Amino acid sequence: MKMRSNNVCSRWVARVSRVAQVARVVGTAAALMSLSISIASTNAQVAVKAKTLHTMDGAAIADGVVIVTDGKIVAIGPWATTKIPEGYRVLEAVVATPGLVDARATVGLSGLYNQRQDQDQLDRSGPIQPELRAIDAYNPMDALVAYLRSFGVTAVNAGQAPGELVSGQTALIKTVGDSVDASVVIAMTAVVATLGPNSTRAGGSPGTRAKQMAMLRQELLNVRGEMEKRSREEAEAAKKAKDLSEAAPAEAKPADSQVSPASSTPTDAATVPPIASTPAASVPVATNAIEPATATPLDRDLRKEALGAVLRKQVPLIVTANRAQDISSALRLAKEFDITLILDGGAESYMLADQIKAAGVDVILHPSMQRASGESENLSFETASLLRKAGVRFAIQSGFEAYVPKTRVVLLEAAIAAANGLSFDEALASITIDAARILKADARIGSLAIGKDGDIALYDGDPFEYTTHCVGVVVDGVVVSEVVR
Amino acid sequence: MRCEKGAKIVYCGGMRSNDVLRVVVMVVVVAAVTLVCFGQGVTTTPKADEAKPTRPNAGQTMVFVGGRVIPIAGPELADGVLIVREGKIVAVGKTGEIAVPDGAVVVDVAGKTIMAGLVDTHSHVGGVASADRSSPMQPECRIMDSINPKDSGFRRVLAGGITTMNIMPGSGHLLSGQTLYAKPRRPGGKAPERVDDLFIVDKLGEPMWGVKMANGTNSLGDPPFSGTRAKSAAIVRERFIKAREYKAKLDAAKLPDGTMDPAKAPTRDLALETLVEILEGKRIVHHHTHRADDILTVLRLREEFGFRVVLHHTSEAWKIPDAIAKAGVSCSIILVDSPGGKLEAAELNWKTGGILERAGVRVSMHTDDWITDSRLFLRSAALAVRAGMTREGALKALTLVAAEQLDLADRVGSLEAGKDADFIILSGDPLSVYTHVLETWIEGVRVFDRSNADDRLFAVGGPGAGKDQAIYLCCAQDGFWFGGKQWGSGGASGGGSTQGSNSSSGGGQ
Repeated sequence: MKMRSNNVCSRWVARVSRVAQVARVVGTAAALMSLSISIASTNAQVAVKAKTLHTMDGAAIADGVVIVTDGKIVAIGPWATTKIPEGYRVLEAVVATPGLVDARATVGLSGLYNQRQDQDQLDRSGPIQPELRAIDAYNPMDALVAYLRSFGVTAVNAGQAPGELVSGQTALIKTVGDSVDASVVIAMTAVVATLGPNSTRAGGSPGTRAKQMAMLRQELLNVRGEMEKRSREEAEAAKKAKDLSEAAPAEAKPADSQVSPASSTPTDAATVPPIASTPAASVPVATNAIEPATATPLDRDLRKEALGAVLRKQVPLIVTANRAQDISSALRLAKEFDITLILDGGAESYMLADQIKAAGVDVILHPSMQRASGESENLSFETASLLRKAGVRFAIQSGFEAYVPKTRVVLLEAAIAAANGLSFDEALASITIDAARILKADARIGSLAIGKDGDIALYDGDPFEYTTHCVGVVVDGVVVSEVVR
Repeated sequence: MRCEKGAKIVYCGGMRSNDVLRVVVMVVVVAAVTLVCFGQGVTTTPKADEAKPTRPNAGQTMVFVGGRVIPIAGPELADGVLIVREGKIVAVGKTGEIAVPDGAVVVDVAGKTIMAGLVDTHSHVGGVASADRSSPMQPECRIMDSINPKDSGFRRVLAGGITTMNIMPGSGHLLSGQTLYAKPRRPGGKAPERVDDLFIVDKLGEPMWGVKMANGTNSLGDPPFSGTRAKSAAIVRERFIKAREYKAKLDAAKLPDGTMDPAKAPTRDLALETLVEILEGKRIVHHHTHRADDILTVLRLREEFGFRVVLHHTSEAWKIPDAIAKAGVSCSIILVDSPGGKLEAAELNWKTGGILERAGVRVSMHTDDWITDSRLFLRSAALAVRAGMTREGALKALTLVAAEQLDLADRVGSLEAGKDADFIILSGDPLSVYTHVLETWIEGVRVFDRSNADDRLFAVGGPGAGKDQAIYLCCAQDGFWFGGKQWGSGGASGGGSTQGSNSSSGGGQ
């Protein structure tokens, strides 16, 4: 699912550089920088020095430096023993952290103005639309993307908002660039579903919790049934091909003879032939298309392909569930269909923390400062701390905001968790490495380690303190923000 | 409905004859009061009964020693003393420079910080709903008639250290009604039975309030609401011109002894009476306004009609600080976590507080609760400091300037001898994310104690904390069961108690 061809990378770097140039001009004009810039560099060769360097890959380094060459981290260590190559632009900060990762956002889809023309986070024409891709809605130019970036947020798992039973998909996107194709890290990170009153319809379906689960189960059963049917057909086709080739050994083999044999245990996703498989090399960047590759391609069905990816565990199902009973339903669903579940929201997740832990499910927790009401009336500042105590892995999200503030900032949300029972490192992990792990993007982002993307946030103090500023942001080795925020 | 002593007009089944007599007498008294009040040209509002909760420390002098004291009215004291008695502040000063009276209860707050109770100029706590959709200006609507004093929001207000608040109707009208200046008291450690227990009364014993107005997009709508900004201003001007005419009739009917000539006096008009009070400067207009041009419209109308106004929200005030300073008008700002959400707030900026401060504008802050959380009101000041406001100015914004904007600066907003003993005890610096409000005191009575399980529930959230009417926690001291777990175990309470047996535990709602 990861779109990472070389071709993409070079375009990406070029775009980022242009943005960085603009940002640099603006930043200089503002003359509000507490960064020390020793060398202006147009290429992406940067070193960041910090009194405290939180790598999130082992202990913090005092008087540390991280060196980024061609967008990737090439060295990290104490100033004393880490040589900064000649000609590198050096940024200095009191504290530096990995670029922050927002595990669930609608930024880019739910725009600044909150007007018809900039709200693309939820289509209400039907209750089940897993085919709605984030990349077709995300606007990298929305001012709120730059706003989040200025606090150190370098990647967002943005996509369709909660509010329909299955509202669409999310994508992991870096907060830079002028087109999503250039800035997307993973074009399809998950399919998103919502349980509870937020996705019911007055006088329509689903109108109740039981109906929600019935519709969701039936939909998954239908897709699974089709997957099984196709497995059988492919097995038959393969058998026929084999018979033919045995009857006529001189004939060329069909190109797709590598198709897996049919499985009699269709719930075992690993052995189920896909409705369509993903050819590794030829996927267009801007799509997550699952191209048909079978001998007998059927009509394509975007909706089934998306849910097929969930059933094959290629992507998780993120289920927004706030009440304990909805969380229970999500756990039940995951068990029945053997899918990868990520709980989202989780206002009452602390009540079921042990069960969530036992199920091995991750939680993308609601913003700490979300207000208590309705299905979330029992939420608590201490939920993150209680999940940590139970050993549940979690990230803290910015979520969806319908009014003001139009977006939340994960840095500010994690700060509240840090003040309510989480340690500094635990709170920072929830918006860096743990968020990256949950999104299966930790090979590239979430910590400062050699080989990873050069995404770094710079602060003039404890990043969680109200009065600390973010003073610089680096993405792929390019300084993209020098606003003092 | 029960037949209660002190109830105003109650239907009581099986009323006894002396009860009937009492009601008759009451009606006569009310009528007389109405006449007198009318004669004085003021609105009749229910007299606040003397809200005298059993003061656990009545007759007692309490001395808080050993902590940092932020009096607002003067410099911060690293090692200060605060002395309170009978709900008032007796003295504030440096340790060693203030005599501790004999027999006083001494409370050691070493390592903690004492600060004046916070004043929120703009809150919607209390499940309030004032004007309806029938017209764009409804000055006759009183918010007090819609407040639920048992709303759990008041518990969160206290957890945030807010001791005085202006409870406001919304911004969906050009004028949505009368506000209420309130203190979130807890008589006897419990939620108030009546809204009267929240009142802040003036010298005549009348509850104090202002008037909520709004312009910009929120107050637009289909007729009879205005469809454009120009129409909004025109509607406001027409009503105030009518109010002037009404005032002229009242003035003409005034007899030399100050009473009204019944032959000349116009029929009472609740809406126009309120507008007259604005024209007379008796009521402050709390004006929702975001965009720079909308702010200037408010200033233009203020000039025409001479009313006293506080500009609220003021997302774009940073664009016109000098115009606001020149008008001598003060602002109450809001700090939300991002701009946008509506066109008018697209350029909202945390720098507004500092920019207005440097221009010489008096600046306060507000929660606009539900928009921001009352429990995090201190955070607003910290974010303003982050964006360039001075620490002193930001702390004043949460207290003394806010009090000024409610005409209450002589009573609340700072720790000064003679003022109400409204204060908070903090675990650390008021501008740090890691600081918690440990205790909140109103008029010498502790109304929030974080070490108490019941209070703590509302401070951090959890089972039942978000219900609009807080659940009855019969046994918070012993913990209670919810979601298969025990919550609020008794072990959490008691520590750091400064008020002996008056802990609000077990009170619930």
